[in-house]
Amino acid sequence: MDFVRSHILVCGGTGCTASKSPLLIEEFGKQLKAAGLEREVMVIQTGCFGLCELGPVVVVYPEGAFYSRITPADVETIVSEHILKGRIVARLLYHETVSHDSVNSLNDTNFYKKQLRIALRNCGVINPENIDEYIAMDGYQALAKALTEQTPDEVIQIMIDSGLRGRGGAGFPTGRKWQYAKSYKGDQKYVLCNADEGDPGAFMDRSILEGDPHSVIEAMIIAGYAIGASQGYIYVRAEYPIAVQRLEKAIGQAREYGLLGQNIFGTGFGFDLSIRLGAGAFVCGEETALIASIEGCRGEPRPRPPFPAERGLFGRPTMNNNVETYANIPWILINGTEAFAAIGTENSKGTKVFALGGKIVNTGLVEVPMGTTLREVIEEIGGGCPGGKKFKAAQTGGPSGGCIPAEHIDKPIDYESLSAIGSMMGSGGLIVMDEDNCMVDMARYFLDFTVDESCGKCTPCRIGTRRLHQMLDKFTEGRATLEDIDMMEELCAHISKNSLCALGQTASNPVLSTLRYFRDEYEAHVRDRKCPARVCKSLLQYLIIDKCRGCTACKRVCPTDAISGEVKKLHVIDQEKCVKCGACMETCKFAAIIKE
Amino acid sequence: MKSLEELRAIREKAREQMTLRKEDGPQSTRVIVGMATCGIAAGARPVLAAAVEQVSRRKLENVSVTQTGCIGVCRLEPIVEVLAPGEEKVTYVKMTPEMMEKVIAEHIVNNRVVKEYTIGAEEPGPAAN
Ligand SMILES: Cc1cc2nc3c(=O)[nH]c(=O)nc-3n(C[C@H](O)[C@H](O)[C@H](O)COP(=O)(O)O)c2cc1C
Repeated sequence: MDFVRSHILVCGGTGCTASKSPLLIEEFGKQLKAAGLEREVMVIQTGCFGLCELGPVVVVYPEGAFYSRITPADVETIVSEHILKGRIVARLLYHETVSHDSVNSLNDTNFYKKQLRIALRNCGVINPENIDEYIAMDGYQALAKALTEQTPDEVIQIMIDSGLRGRGGAGFPTGRKWQYAKSYKGDQKYVLCNADEGDPGAFMDRSILEGDPHSVIEAMIIAGYAIGASQGYIYVRAEYPIAVQRLEKAIGQAREYGLLGQNIFGTGFGFDLSIRLGAGAFVCGEETALIASIEGCRGEPRPRPPFPAERGLFGRPTMNNNVETYANIPWILINGTEAFAAIGTENSKGTKVFALGGKIVNTGLVEVPMGTTLREVIEEIGGGCPGGKKFKAAQTGGPSGGCIPAEHIDKPIDYESLSAIGSMMGSGGLIVMDEDNCMVDMARYFLDFTVDESCGKCTPCRIGTRRLHQMLDKFTEGRATLEDIDMMEELCAHISKNSLCALGQTASNPVLSTLRYFRDEYEAHVRDRKCPARVCKSLLQYLIIDKCRGCTACKRVCPTDAISGEVKKLHVIDQEKCVKCGACMETCKFAAIIKE
Repeated sequence: MKSLEELRAIREKAREQMTLRKEDGPQSTRVIVGMATCGIAAGARPVLAAAVEQVSRRKLENVSVTQTGCIGVCRLEPIVEVLAPGEEKVTYVKMTPEMMEKVIAEHIVNNRVVKEYTIGAEEPGPAAN
């Protein structure tokens, strides 16, 4: 028998895969073979570690050395130095893990030390394509316990007591949802998993499916047992090919082990799962549209009630939860409701995963206890805004959410306190903006998205969002009047009140919240015809000031020949011809070109 | 999966394979094998393999086997250091796989330092350690 002495973990999340981590695995294979080490060192592809900014990521155990931004050329060095000779290659380590020549644990770095990983507990730890590794981490123990020791009502009671709320956006208590679904009788019931994840900038659910697919599968079987369903569907967007492939593999392995199928653990209970691919429409994340899409109909929502618990997929009682909601469930059943309820705040228990994006140093995936402040997430874990820029606001909840301005940066993140300040928890996208972002432009960006994604079934959403978008255009182009602000508020109220589903009902939120906190910015676009953040092109001029040495560099890059001037003399920009592309400003070595 | 025992058996087996990936706790003992060019040339690789094998065979929890570079006394390679919590570092020299087995059995399991293999036995005197 061979005794493996070292494990090399290579991140196989979407981010690291895009930066060529599969090549690293291949190269490790080659180099280990060349060194005759292939039998004593194991190379394992894992899910996302969270620090996507530093990908591709490689971790070598037992030392726990965390290598970042590894190229195939670095692989040979790691094998010949670290693996063969035991000398950790300091220059390739994530700099935060190195201090005074000694290697610190990853868990002590700023990025990880405030995190608490429940939903992501196995991501970056196990090989998601090997069910045994999931089982080693107590996987399928919760299912075994539920099936052999607990009644469906007891399982539901545990979910209620834990205080778990849906992570898909609305925050509905999971235990209560299960209870409703159980209370309706039907010849066939269904359990669904919403893995549509349409919120731009969000990738929590994708990372869970890629890094720990069995946690979702296990929880869905438990849900089936609790509500009396024997069939489940995972609705996942086709744009997540790695997640889909790992899910397929995981379902296959679970079937092979008899964890899916008939008579699980000899209890007589049977459950099976299928995957349904979505085509990437945001509205298909809304549960009634999702159900329609699985049925093969157009992905359009319908009024509720009846709620899916009563009449859902194929007209049968149906229970739908989000990926991250499911990922918490086996942990709760194993560790107990008290352990879970001890984390978080009064009405928001447990943790939340956020996808950090935008103007932030550590772009990536983080999981923190509910009640952590935005400051801790952005400054301590996220490393703040790059280039020392000032934090301006963060958008949570994506196109349905609102912005949180700098003045609220010390607010704890939980369902209630985010709603109180006009934002929402949402599914976990967290986009950071700095002083260079225009809030009017930001609101316009999200409206752009909702206009595209409105399914068109109801008029308030189909026409209303388009009108709202046009009004925002008036602001960014300097054509708005102050009355437009009032009209816009009226239109927002109208869209929210009359839309059929939450897509339309929440579409105005980015406008309303930016109006609430950055009204002066809207007014500046009207009154001064200026964009304070210097983003809106129509309100900007590029000017050459007297620092100009007449080097002619700008003149040469200008695509519209808008710049004139002789060598060694001050140049000028013809505002009529200028298309405000900014190429001149980037080229100028003397900071002689400004925009205002 | 027909029974809980089956699940348990898979878990135990898979766990063994994954112990390498545990973060060292404060209570863990580390067996460190010098694996620089000098160590490898002197035969450190089979020593390392023996250490890994023994720890795994005996299902020793809280013991990790790692490697290090050149410790500086190349003529005494293969060198193995044992770092146990709350104890002084013990340095074994001129190790063979058989000696490694004995160190695991005596020192790690029974907590008795194998004096005759240590650097002190090989090179008496204050300069030795
Ligand atoms: C436009 C729109 C998009 C949505 N997208 C998602 C999504 O991508 N993933 C998700 O889990 N829930 C999404 N939801 C919320 C779902 O309708 C539903 O509330 C959720 O899946 C319930 O799961 P939970 O209770 O576990 O959170 C969306 C809702 C709307 C209105």
